[in-house]
Amino acid sequence: MLSKNLPRILIYATLLLAAFFFLAPLYVMLATSFKDAEQIRSGNLLSLPNSLSFESWKLAWSSACTGVDCRGLQPYFMNSIIMAVPAVLISTAWGAINGYVLSMWKFKGSEVLFGFMLFGVFMPFQVVLLPMSQVLGYLGLSSSLGGLVLVHCIAGLAGTTLFFRNYYTAIPKELVNAARIDGAGFWRIFFRIVVPMSTPILMVTLIWQFTNIWNDFLFGVAFSGADSKPITVGLNNMANTSSSVKSYNVDMAAAVIAGLPTMLVYVLAGQYFVKGLTAGAVKG
Amino acid sequence: MAASLQIAGIRKVFGKGDKAVEVLKKIEIDVAPGEFLILVGPSGCGKSTLLNIIAGLEEPSEGELRIAGKNVVGVAPAQRDIAMVFQSYALYPTMSVADNIGFALEMRKVPVEERKKRIAEVAAMLQIEHLLDRRPAQLSGGQRQRVAMGRALARDPQLFLFDEPLSNLDAKLRVEMRAEIKRLHQVSGITSVYVTHDQIEAMTLGSRIAVMKDGILQQIGTPDDIYNRPANTYVATFIGSPTMNLIKGHVEASGAQGRFSFNGSTLELATPAQGDATMGVRPEHIELVTGDAAWRGEVAVVEPTGADTYVVVNTSAGEVTVRTAPSAPWKAGDQVGLRVNPANVSWFNTATGVRLDV
Repeated sequence: MLSKNLPRILIYATLLLAAFFFLAPLYVMLATSFKDAEQIRSGNLLSLPNSLSFESWKLAWSSACTGVDCRGLQPYFMNSIIMAVPAVLISTAWGAINGYVLSMWKFKGSEVLFGFMLFGVFMPFQVVLLPMSQVLGYLGLSSSLGGLVLVHCIAGLAGTTLFFRNYYTAIPKELVNAARIDGAGFWRIFFRIVVPMSTPILMVTLIWQFTNIWNDFLFGVAFSGADSKPITVGLNNMANTSSSVKSYNVDMAAAVIAGLPTMLVYVLAGQYFVKGLTAGAVKG
Repeated sequence: MAASLQIAGIRKVFGKGDKAVEVLKKIEIDVAPGEFLILVGPSGCGKSTLLNIIAGLEEPSEGELRIAGKNVVGVAPAQRDIAMVFQSYALYPTMSVADNIGFALEMRKVPVEERKKRIAEVAAMLQIEHLLDRRPAQLSGGQRQRVAMGRALARDPQLFLFDEPLSNLDAKLRVEMRAEIKRLHQVSGITSVYVTHDQIEAMTLGSRIAVMKDGILQQIGTPDDIYNRPANTYVATFIGSPTMNLIKGHVEASGAQGRFSFNGSTLELATPAQGDATMGVRPEHIELVTGDAAWRGEVAVVEPTGADTYVVVNTSAGEVTVRTAPSAPWKAGDQVGLRVNPANVSWFNTATGVRLDV
């Protein structure tokens, strides 16, 4: 009996071990955020909190100090939302249109153009920091959230174009031809036929872009001003603000708050992610 | 409303310079209003390109295309008043069947009430009323085919284009839909152009058939013309199954009482001018006999198909296929004589393959 089930037991044991390994940091963060300063000082990282205290969450959100500014993470969180929502929507829509043109309305040189765009996917963004800051200066968008939105749109465009272009390439050309004969034009075909078929790739791209933009630190630290720092920069500055006692519980709560939206997006939209990969049969 | 279609000197060249490939070479076809024209040929013969040019999905390199007498080269597909049925059906996957059928009407700003009426009419004609709320993915192959037809019919276009619409169906459905298409054409009377590589579809559906090969129109004519009077050996062997027997030989005496000899056999029948020639005889125009005959051979294979039995005979001129009744007594190894029905023989120039007149 045991020998028969042994392989299965081994598999589950390995999986459980892996799950523990990956979940341990999250556990430590959550557990620490609920502990009070005294318990943290006792030094046991893995122990359960003695009491469920939301005190450090409140502090992290609205009154922890970064330098002399004691408004917590709240303003940075708002900045990130103001930055991420338009940047995600614009870069996704823009990528969808690019992908539509590059797969279904090919023109002379469109393949070459797509090849150049692919460079953007693999390009290290440090390379563009200086020229980009100059461009933002010309446009009068330096140190503003608008500037960050623009930077994220352009930086994400290569990836979103690639996603949509590859997805649309699999849609049979006959569908577009049928619509052309039926009397639909470029935009009608896009909105009435192509976009309704795009739910899976739309979800993939939205999750991808939101995660990238929300978690971005490089552009945030390089192009933001005093009032336009995104949450990643805010978290960094808060954790680095030196005071007499290091409040690990507040730092941990702040880190969870900073990471919460991306997790939430994945939980809400992730089901489409999987659904989209299995459905999408156009022909039967 | 049926319209005429003129394909006048259409050329299509892909690529440039040394890499240029001429896929259509000066095609000339006149289609009368209400006609059902079949474009048939092997893959790569240019038939689909020609259909796409008629639809306006591709532009010709040269030549004119007239629908109802009006040159439409350069006119957008939507403005040509045509409807097309595609091989993959190309149904809009996120729309219901009703919306699929009504899409073209919606694009043409037909009022909702009229659109609904039209969709209902078409659905009744095709017996797909019960499917109107479904999505294409919920339909079987045959049902999708019907919806694709309905989408084309709803518009009441001047011209119907079909791009191998039956090739994704199984054999039984194909026969059913073939009859359906023929019926719909008879009811609507709309001029149709139908691309296929299937010679049975070509023979059964077409009021005229255009046989193409390598971008050249080989022959255009009624199914009877194409079958009984093929213009060259290519058409002779492409149409008809099993294919026409071609026997190379020499005409020794021409005229109504001529003599044709090949590899030691000599047949007496009406022949073209003296010299080398190829005789073409269809399997049903040869009779097997036990008695004396000028042309003899040995039965190699007997292939019963149910309705007919095909007998392959090894003769001095190579293998010859003969159609016989299923009750015929032949078996492999039999010595038989072959008697050709002289009224149904085609003659071709051996060197060029072109048909010769008797």
